[in-house]
Amino acid sequence: MTDAPFEISDDTLRLSGELSLGRVARMQIPDHLPVDRIDLDSVEKLDTAGAWFLVQLSERAGGASIHGATPSQTALIETVRRSAGAAEDPPEDHVTLRGGTVALGHIVWDGIRDVLGLTAFLGRFVAELGQLLRHPTRLRGVSLVHHMQAAGLDAVPIVTLMAFLIGVVVAFQGSAQLERFGAEIFVVDLIAISVLRELGILLTAIIVAGRSASAFTAAIGTMKMREEVDALRALGLDPDVVLVAPRILALIIMLPILGILANIAGLAGGATMAWIDLGIAPGAFADRIVTGIGAWHLAVGLIKAPFFALIIGLVGCRNGLRVGGDAESLGRLTSTSVVTSIFLVIAADAVFSIFFALMGV
Amino acid sequence: MDHVIRVRGLCTRFGDHIVHEDLDLDVRRGEILGVVGGSGTGKSVLLRQIIGLLDPAEGEIEVLGEPVRDTSPEAFRRLRRRWGVMFQGGALFSSLSVRENVEAPMREQFDLPDEFRETLAAIKVRMVGLPENAMDKRPSELSGGMRKRAGFARAIALDPEIVFLDEPTAGLDPIGAAALDSLVAQLRDALGLTVFLVTHDLDTLHAICDRVAVLAERRVLAIGTLDELRAVDHPWIRDYFGGPRGRAAAGEH
Repeated sequence: MTDAPFEISDDTLRLSGELSLGRVARMQIPDHLPVDRIDLDSVEKLDTAGAWFLVQLSERAGGASIHGATPSQTALIETVRRSAGAAEDPPEDHVTLRGGTVALGHIVWDGIRDVLGLTAFLGRFVAELGQLLRHPTRLRGVSLVHHMQAAGLDAVPIVTLMAFLIGVVVAFQGSAQLERFGAEIFVVDLIAISVLRELGILLTAIIVAGRSASAFTAAIGTMKMREEVDALRALGLDPDVVLVAPRILALIIMLPILGILANIAGLAGGATMAWIDLGIAPGAFADRIVTGIGAWHLAVGLIKAPFFALIIGLVGCRNGLRVGGDAESLGRLTSTSVVTSIFLVIAADAVFSIFFALMGV
Repeated sequence: MDHVIRVRGLCTRFGDHIVHEDLDLDVRRGEILGVVGGSGTGKSVLLRQIIGLLDPAEGEIEVLGEPVRDTSPEAFRRLRRRWGVMFQGGALFSSLSVRENVEAPMREQFDLPDEFRETLAAIKVRMVGLPENAMDKRPSELSGGMRKRAGFARAIALDPEIVFLDEPTAGLDPIGAAALDSLVAQLRDALGLTVFLVTHDLDTLHAICDRVAVLAERRVLAIGTLDELRAVDHPWIRDYFGGPRGRAAAGEH
């Protein structure tokens, strides 16, 4: 090493230059040190890292004494010697069969607890809803309207645009296939049934899940981190009433309305494409829907909306209340909210499909 | 006299609200300077301006002989290495453990081997009197007092020449506050620090501050030892040091 400050003579180790963090990091302690004095006379600067280095040197040399330190350097060396502590070896992580099994058990158990927790939260919300029906004045009207605007009205442009484009896509794909059988008029049935029953409401729910579940978690989670939720409780206000109920109710009211708008936009998109591509006039398109498509198709779609809203609201609010003290948990739970609510919405949609198929509607 | 911080003609305005007007302040090497003042007199603002987080409207600020304003990013980076800051709530990074928090400045400024860095961080954590089991805890698992200690450990991670402390004892019980006071004094002696300390704690002023600067009327109204300040005839200073709490704190020391 070029800048080694060691110089050994007469059982004395002389050190020189700066003993500071940047330099000490590049120096190595020799394995064999036949000295019993360490001399600091020509050391210019000493910091904590340098002091630690001296303590290590003195131990390696079998307890060599340190000379030539100024009073403040002595104080620093003493402080570091006291704080150096035992060199502890962190327990190594061995991946064992037992450890793996335990970890798997934890994952399963956490999953089950998560489902139970969500169910309990649903129960709390339903109980709260019952209370609100008996005492409607407890409902936070201003808050409800605010969330109806934020989660509902503000989502109208993106939801209708998306539904319109989906209508275009379905019409375009459908017409290419149906044209081969000369059954172009059935493209109307294809668009109407797929948009009204499934696509309109499902895609609306997915967009709202992405917009609002994350917003609910982030907003409530930040309040939790800043102890605002605790402050509410301390004031005798129930966070379920003040924070959770208005948000979920706002979604339950707004999602069916967004669904209807999505249906209209989707049909408009489909009709436009059918007109351009197949020459089916909008009048004929409308006629076909009125005569050929039952009202149940519309109802099947809209019945699902409040349930989807409930899922999105519950997941978003519950994850917000689970945020801990650190910024990382806020980010993690916000993304969990979006993923979980979209997954649960699609799973619920599958259950509804089976249910309606069995009921024959 | 060797001045490590030199502030001249500092003016601070927020819109129409004037916080500082033509403020001068000198901090001597190796001293513990307490900065006091009523709420809204701009104590924390002054601290933030000295460490370059806020830009004042006018004025010169020199730290360790180098300007804080109008300097190249590279020069400012080198200068920043030479001071440490502890914010009011500790401002620890909540997703890192205590040890990793102390390692953060080392990681940022120096390219050190992992093991060496961990050892040094552990020394700093023990220096501020945190128990061994706090090393790998997250800040949210610590009490307020421990969080302050961890913040202090991070502030002295790079062996700075100056440490800025923003209300280090606020929110601590008297025993914890006294322990933190003696820790600051002890590490000042061991590491040769200069300490710039914003506080409301009269006990801290009595126990460890060499000099006290009083911020009032948009400037440093008076600066000196506590005895010198008691002799100043100004209503706010009289009320501050001569009030029941001021007298009680003085009586004990």
